[in-house]
Amino acid sequence: MIPAAFEYIRPTSLDEAFDLLAEDGSRALAGGHSLLPLLKLRLTSVDRLVDIGRLRELGGISAGAGGALRIGAMTTYRDILDSEEVRARAPLIAEVSGSIGDVQVRNRGTIGGSVAHADPASDMPAVLLALGASFVLRSRDGERTVAADDFFTGAFATDLRATELLMAIEVPAPGTGSGAAWQSLMQPASGYSMVGVAAAVSVAGGAVSAARIALTGVGEVAYRATGAEEALAGSDGGTQAVAAAADHATDGVQVNADIHADRSYRSAMAIVLTRRAIEAALGRAAGGSSS
Amino acid sequence: MAVGSLVGSPIKRVEDPRFITGAGNFLDDIRLSGMTYASILRSPYAHARIGAIDVSAAASMPGVVAVFTGKDLEADLNPLPCAWAAGGAAGGDVGGVVNNINTPRVLAIDDVKWTGEGVAVVIAETAEQATDAREAIVVDWEPLPAVVDAEAATQDGAPQLHENAPNNVALTWAVGDREGTERAISAAEVVVRQRIVNQRLIPNPMDTRGAIGRYDPGTDEYTIWMTSQTPHIMRLLLSAFVMGVPEHKIRCISPDVGGAFGTKIFCYPEWALVAWASRKLRGRPVKWYETRQENYQATTHGRDHITYLEMGATRQGVVTGFHVKTYANLGGRLSTIGPGVPTTLYGRVLSGPYKFPNVFVEVVGSYTNTCFVDAYRGAGRPEATYVLERGMDLLADELGIDPVDVRRRNFIPNDAFPYHNPSGLLRSWNGAEIEVDSGDYEAALDKALAMVGYDQLAARKQEAESRGKLLGLGLSTYIEVCGVAPSKWIGLVGEGWGAGMWESANIKIHLTGKAVLSIGTSSHGQGHETTMAQVVAQELGLPVEDVLVKHSDTLGTPFGYGTYGSRSAAVGSIAAWYAAAKIKEKAKRLAAHMLEAAAEDIDYEDGKLFVRGSPDRSKTIQEVALQAHVGYDLPEGMEPYLDETSYHDTPNCTWPFGTHIAVVEVDRESGHVQLVRYIAVDDVGKKINPLIVDGQIHGGIVQGVGQALWEGAIYDDGGQLLSGSMLDYAIPRASWLPHFELDETVTPSPVNPLGVKGVGEAGTIASTPAVVNAVIDALAPFGIRHLDMPLRPSTVWAAMQSSREDGR
Repeated sequence: MIPAAFEYIRPTSLDEAFDLLAEDGSRALAGGHSLLPLLKLRLTSVDRLVDIGRLRELGGISAGAGGALRIGAMTTYRDILDSEEVRARAPLIAEVSGSIGDVQVRNRGTIGGSVAHADPASDMPAVLLALGASFVLRSRDGERTVAADDFFTGAFATDLRATELLMAIEVPAPGTGSGAAWQSLMQPASGYSMVGVAAAVSVAGGAVSAARIALTGVGEVAYRATGAEEALAGSDGGTQAVAAAADHATDGVQVNADIHADRSYRSAMAIVLTRRAIEAALGRAAGGSSS
Repeated sequence: MAVGSLVGSPIKRVEDPRFITGAGNFLDDIRLSGMTYASILRSPYAHARIGAIDVSAAASMPGVVAVFTGKDLEADLNPLPCAWAAGGAAGGDVGGVVNNINTPRVLAIDDVKWTGEGVAVVIAETAEQATDAREAIVVDWEPLPAVVDAEAATQDGAPQLHENAPNNVALTWAVGDREGTERAISAAEVVVRQRIVNQRLIPNPMDTRGAIGRYDPGTDEYTIWMTSQTPHIMRLLLSAFVMGVPEHKIRCISPDVGGAFGTKIFCYPEWALVAWASRKLRGRPVKWYETRQENYQATTHGRDHITYLEMGATRQGVVTGFHVKTYANLGGRLSTIGPGVPTTLYGRVLSGPYKFPNVFVEVVGSYTNTCFVDAYRGAGRPEATYVLERGMDLLADELGIDPVDVRRRNFIPNDAFPYHNPSGLLRSWNGAEIEVDSGDYEAALDKALAMVGYDQLAARKQEAESRGKLLGLGLSTYIEVCGVAPSKWIGLVGEGWGAGMWESANIKIHLTGKAVLSIGTSSHGQGHETTMAQVVAQELGLPVEDVLVKHSDTLGTPFGYGTYGSRSAAVGSIAAWYAAAKIKEKAKRLAAHMLEAAAEDIDYEDGKLFVRGSPDRSKTIQEVALQAHVGYDLPEGMEPYLDETSYHDTPNCTWPFGTHIAVVEVDRESGHVQLVRYIAVDDVGKKINPLIVDGQIHGGIVQGVGQALWEGAIYDDGGQLLSGSMLDYAIPRASWLPHFELDETVTPSPVNPLGVKGVGEAGTIASTPAVVNAVIDALAPFGIRHLDMPLRPSTVWAAMQSSREDGR
């Protein structure tokens, strides 16, 4: 478990970081809990690790405009779990953060690192897709904001450019009558989700007014189950409607198969967990909690 | 603490403070002056011929001291020994024995037989440099077809691994009465048959393997630090079979070792490699320490049996015949005692706690393109118990009889001990006699049933059903064979491994009254430094902190066969007890001299030696030790110093038993299995330290549950290890398990003065079938009779999906 040799630099300013990232073979190092194991296993290599851990601009949790929540990219899961702000405005992020890895991983691992790494089985991409989050990206040329829907482009692939840093994650304020929930079936060795489902719903006038449902671990990349969302939105949110919506959980998706779960099992569980996640989200919406 | 109560006291382990505070001294903690680091290039192919190896680029890389291939070692180092060929020298109707032996070289020369077999080594100034240079070695591989399945390997047309092993048969072996068993089964009122797979496991000690070799050019002596359970045996095997170096010129030391589960019993290539390389480097120490991925490919695996069972019985559930045929996967080449595990350690005890009149066991051990397989916690007995306890539940299901009753109707009754089972060892030419000497199986069963509330089972199933869960309860009534083993038995070539299995202890009481106990067993997590001190402190009436326990250095401790087979208490602590008895005897003679009395009139209690009837005429053991040491006033003919050694050979094994009960809930929709209760009633005889015993049972249960529900090494058809790291090989986590409910019965072992039996493996042996039986019970509404492990959610779900019954 010894990585190939690399250069390690810890810039103290954003400009310095951008300069370093512009060089060939550079890679940003956040919490390191995905990248360092890959380096140690020699499954990937870098010429230069640019440790962005000292850049204040990437930290902090704050309230943004319109009740939105801004979470700095270098925020650790531990910080999220300790944050009143996150628990109040986006409790699902706190809930899922509590089940990621173990204590050591949560102390070092960052939400931004997870998003930028885009492991097809990691939980946060699905949660942020369901919550309608967007990502603030900055380079020397300026800043742009990309919706989660447009960000995850494939396994370990995102819209983030080599010269850019993910600065922060913005999560819109939940509307009244909304609720969100998470369901997962853990791959017992890695602790990653074999199937993970995040559902966020809004209820108005006895009907489901909006639904965002996202899955991870199931396909090549975390995705929104738009077929399920469309079936659910406008329905009464009753048992039959929820089950019918959940049946669309893997529409159009090439479902993964591996030694832990074959395609038929993963497909079936995607449907079961989607149904359970929707039911739980509806329960929270009805309970008045904006989870 | 009153010394009289030390044995049986749950005192905290004296070794734990150093482990908990990071002050232990494990292999990878050791740094020697001038040390170099080795990194081994391992085969990426499961089966391949080795062509040219180009090491020139690697040799010229920064910091590289040397690069060696198998050919460089060939003249000096022999292949590793297989110390335990299958056989039947001890009688008991063993037949059909064939052995076609192939063992690994220190580095492979002509071909490789599994992914991970070593072919070259880089030695460099740092571990980083060695790893970098290893990647620069170029091997001209010629890949060959591979086979990984134990049964498929023996079929016509399978890729052949070894010229001397047609159809990849490493061994065949059988025990018991074939004709009688076949007759009993064909005449039986009911017969159940099942193919049962006991999947391959990767043992996963926290501390992987490592070694440091240091050659002393001045004295021509070798010191090898190694993560071994058996440093004395390693010195013997390395000397006699591998290195050609006289035994007294090799010193083996096991530092603190962080777990082993059997994998560190064996003679591994790296032990010889580091020692040989240090000589090549004129004495620079050479260190090698395994990565976790390397451990998965270069350290022995466990289990991997495919078994066909046939059980014939009466309609009342009394078994009349038990026939088992097992294909045992032994890997690409044989490990040190690989053949002993599926033969002697499996077939001899297949009937467990039951009085079956006819038993026949036949075993085919096969070569496959997989990592070598050897003893893993339980070694043959978990495999036997699993087949047997699944068989009992299959029979109960077939007859519609409560599984509890089927077991009761077949138990060896209390008045039948000592009991000779029909596949066991009756009497060998040299007088060995292995018999189940004691037991009270119904007592443990009744206690466990009361604890679980067996009469409430139907109501609990209903309650679970209302939550969408299927509740199941599984039993495992087991016996264990501990205290391996009488030398007369295990030393018989073929039956055992051709050498003894006695144990040793030396006690020295220094002038100041402090004692050092040196033992031949080798703790790697079991707590010998505590339990052995308890035994000696109690016997000699010393404060327990005044007894220091030393082990695992061939220079400073008496020869012993090491720690495995639940033998350290049952054999090792008995040697310590006898050494203490010798000290007491000498101390009495000296005290008699000091007190001007006759030795036979001296009593010895709680560290005081006194004239019987006159307790005020007394000397303490410390006063006697001082007198013995200074030596100027000793009885005529007495040697100075209290220094006594005992070598103890046990007359029989010990026979723990018990009942384990698992209660599970299966989620109807996902197939997820949750273990909700676990009850264990174990009879391990008297306990030296009940706290340590509970710890062993807890750990053992977890490992057995791990096999039932999560663990499994998976090779693809080409021999690539898909479960190649902890990302894909699932070991249990504490949060997945319930609190274990433990109780005991106590039937002291009659074979030793402490009445102890051993406990290291019981939990692992008992728990796997208990959990699987519970899951199958939960799935009974679906008409499911058997599933192969691990019972992952996907497996359980698929079985429910394909069932013709709806589970209601």
